[in-house]
Amino acid sequence: MSTHAVSHDDVIHFDPYGKKLGMWIFLFTEVLLFGGLFFVYATYRYLNHDAFHEGSGELDVVIGAINTVFLLTSSLTVALSITALQKGDTRRSVNLIIITILFAGAFMMNKYYEWTLKYEHGLFPGMDHYNELSAGEAQSFNLYFLMTGLHGIHVIIGAILLLIIAYHIKKGNVTKDRYVYLENGGLYWHLVDVIWIYLFPLFYLII
Amino acid sequence: MSEDHSTHIVDYKFNILIWIDLLIFTFITIEIAQFDFQTLTVVIALVVATIKSYLVATYFMHLKFENKFLQAIVIGVGLLFFAVLFILFTDYFYL
Repeated sequence: MSTHAVSHDDVIHFDPYGKKLGMWIFLFTEVLLFGGLFFVYATYRYLNHDAFHEGSGELDVVIGAINTVFLLTSSLTVALSITALQKGDTRRSVNLIIITILFAGAFMMNKYYEWTLKYEHGLFPGMDHYNELSAGEAQSFNLYFLMTGLHGIHVIIGAILLLIIAYHIKKGNVTKDRYVYLENGGLYWHLVDVIWIYLFPLFYLII
Repeated sequence: MSEDHSTHIVDYKFNILIWIDLLIFTFITIEIAQFDFQTLTVVIALVVATIKSYLVATYFMHLKFENKFLQAIVIGVGLLFFAVLFILFTDYFYL
């Protein structure tokens, strides 16, 4: 508390709107990054319709659906965490972030299981079964690994960011009146959710 | 400038209602995928995904309560994205 007078200056120059605007602009670059991959996916899927059909038949819809529910629920817990912090309920806010991170872990466990199955079937790029695939089928697996892999990295980064933010909420650096860091962490997390909202039907559902 | 930063608090209950909507749309997209609508299949999946994204962006990401400029640039990027997607689709549908 003794540092309160010192940090007074920071409070005056604290610019939550600027921070949030910066976060959104960063999210736009993420949208265009994944957008480019979606366009590549759409194009090759059109050119190799049957091969992509085979590829998506290999994926378990149940696992995909469970992972969708995990991510949607984790988005909810982040949103609730912001509400809790705005209402000054620090403990609940931190707990909700912890729950979010647990969902992220569960999501990655499912992803690990799914990738392991592919690996055991020799479908990872460079493996025996993969090398026997037609060009189109190989393409569909390349895009599957690239896009879900890049998304998985985002899930891990998002979970780490949220963990750091939870620590700062506990330390009292992120508070009821200065919650933009939690908001920005939440924005990143929701973007990861939105990307999955598109990945799920494209890879698991469309036949 | 202080009123720039929105302090709108979204109720716990309201967040949960949005979550239930999202689960319902997930169920719908899984059920619909069992039918083959030919070329429309992809379009339908994208439309449902876009409705879900709209819900996440508007309520979970608090866009509804942000200032007009932020809302405008998000809509702008969204339009750019769908414009490129549209151009891509027109190219391949008329091959």
